[in-house]
Amino acid sequence: MSGSRNPVVLVLIALAVLILIGSTVAIVPETRQAVIVRFGEPVRIINRYKPNETFGHTGAGIALRIPFAEQIVWIDKRIQSVEMERQQVLSTDQLRLQVDAFARYRIVNPLRMYISAGSEERVSDALRPILGSALRNELGKRPFAALLSPERGQVMNNIEAGLNRIARQYGAEVIDVRIKRADLPDGTPLQSAFQRMRTAREQEALTIRAQGEKQAQIIRAEADAAAAKVYAGSFGKDAGFYDFYRAMQAYRRTFNSQNGSETNIILSPDNVFLREFRGR
Amino acid sequence: MMKERRSFRRIAASLWRTPVNAMAQGPWGGKGGEDRPGQGGGDDAGSGAGSEGPRNPWTQPPGGGRPDRGGGAPGGRPSLIEDLLRRSREGLGSGRGDGGGPFGGGIPGGPGGRTLWPIALGIIVVLWIALTSIHRIGPQERGVVLMLGKYSRTLSPGIGLTLPAPFETVETVDVEEIRTIDVGSVANDAENLVLTGDQNIIDLAYSVRWNIRDPQQYKFQIADPDTTIREVAESAMRSVVATVSLNDALGAGRTAIEQQVEQRMQEILDGYRAGIKVQGVAIKQADPPEAVNDAFKEVSAAQQAAQTYMNEARAYAQQLNARAQGEAAAFDKVYEQYRLAPEVTRRRMYYETMEAVLADVDKTVIEAGNVTPYLPLPELRRRAKEKADAAATAPAQRAQGAQQQGGAQ
Repeated sequence: MSGSRNPVVLVLIALAVLILIGSTVAIVPETRQAVIVRFGEPVRIINRYKPNETFGHTGAGIALRIPFAEQIVWIDKRIQSVEMERQQVLSTDQLRLQVDAFARYRIVNPLRMYISAGSEERVSDALRPILGSALRNELGKRPFAALLSPERGQVMNNIEAGLNRIARQYGAEVIDVRIKRADLPDGTPLQSAFQRMRTAREQEALTIRAQGEKQAQIIRAEADAAAAKVYAGSFGKDAGFYDFYRAMQAYRRTFNSQNGSETNIILSPDNVFLREFRGR
Repeated sequence: MMKERRSFRRIAASLWRTPVNAMAQGPWGGKGGEDRPGQGGGDDAGSGAGSEGPRNPWTQPPGGGRPDRGGGAPGGRPSLIEDLLRRSREGLGSGRGDGGGPFGGGIPGGPGGRTLWPIALGIIVVLWIALTSIHRIGPQERGVVLMLGKYSRTLSPGIGLTLPAPFETVETVDVEEIRTIDVGSVANDAENLVLTGDQNIIDLAYSVRWNIRDPQQYKFQIADPDTTIREVAESAMRSVVATVSLNDALGAGRTAIEQQVEQRMQEILDGYRAGIKVQGVAIKQADPPEAVNDAFKEVSAAQQAAQTYMNEARAYAQQLNARAQGEAAAFDKVYEQYRLAPEVTRRRMYYETMEAVLADVDKTVIEAGNVTPYLPLPELRRRAKEKADAAATAPAQRAQGAQQQGGAQ
């Protein structure tokens, strides 16, 4: 029955070959770097990060190793994130600020990272407290206003430089450090800030009101002036006639019994009005 | 497909059986000590079952247990596992006869089986190649082709051809879809407080729209794109808001803030070479925090009040202006006529006025010289008072009083 034996043997051989290939050939994806470790000793690195390389010309692809003797340690090639938990920072003018920050890093030296940390998580764990303390130190040197202002860029660069020194020991390179949130702490600082905002608004409201009143007064005065000008332009043509004309108007209004007051007039016969009364 | 499945099973069964048999009985034998496997099935079944006391569990059951098999089928393996295999084959409900079909002979034996192997394999391979080397890329997609893990090229929309699966794999990425990330919420319960440049606090809600610009960078550069974009958005928004005043952030400066945030985000993401295009940032809400909202409303109330004052003043001005112009015009008209005949006009106006004035009032004419001038001031006062009372009670009485006064004179 040799016919029955051959396929089985073939399958066995195929299996063995597959296992051999599996332990010899590895596919290194673009997103990972591989450290080949021979009996615990790192011997070479495949697909190591190089700045400004284009995909397709990296070291990714097929990697060969000696089966069973060499093992592959995978290290992420992509940009990683480390987030710092909320920190309270005290500025030079004794104001408190709650700060959230994050850093982005990339493992550029997988060998060093493998020796010193072992895994990406441990790099993150190592960088996190350093990020926190670097942030506190750097922000603590500055007044509160500077933390909000565009000068934050310089602060960030300093923190990044400080963090980078440590990160390099782990084979990582810090690409970016950013403050995600910078808030006033809850409680008194926040409430007093609210109080300040409130009073500022109240002040603004009063100012607006007063300005409105001022404008209104000016408008009235201008109207008065304009009216005076119109009157003067017209009445100035003959001051004598104006005097007479206006007096007549005034008499009609003031001696008008319809406005409720009782008027008694005692006339002398010498009055001009009664001139004809005497009959001469 | 049925054939393929069966051949798979056959392979699987032989793989499985091999080590087990080897453990139990040596390499291939139906019984321990037999060098050459595959002696006549009937012989094997008969003698094996009869002679051995404790039956080996791996050997085939007695011949009676396999009634459906053609007696002495060529190459029948004396194995319980094979029996199981066979039963399961029956379980498939295939209608063919066990003895006559190509598979009837058990696993290794039949000549039919030998011819079918390559065909089945060939079909599998062809299907495999067809399924894994032809890719349909939708109009909004790009296919990132990896050649053994290494980036090779990007497929454009349409049908793309690659090498079959283990050699080239394709990951499709939707590059047109605009994704949205919301930060903060419009609802009142959750405030996203942000410090402005003048150290005030503002409640912000905004959304970021983005899509993938470069599929391979998007795939390979950033470990967690969604979180990255969110963090970058928050950081950029806060740093921009920290440069503007509260009033700008609340109102006029919003468009500028949106643009700056978009630009800054793009810079940061380009710095990561993330392959992401920020399409836009939209501030959905920029309000003062709940705690100080009343004070802000007070400001707008004050603005309204100021506007009211000014409106009132303008109304007064209009009124005054109109009156002045009217009076001046009236004077001008009269003056024009007065100039033509000054003396007569003056007289006429005088008499008319005096007439109108004196018609309604109490008059006392005193001839100087003959009569001692007597001015009844208390009387005048009393009468004035009466008149006031009368006016208060009834207008009719007042008319009466006036008549009485007229009579008294």
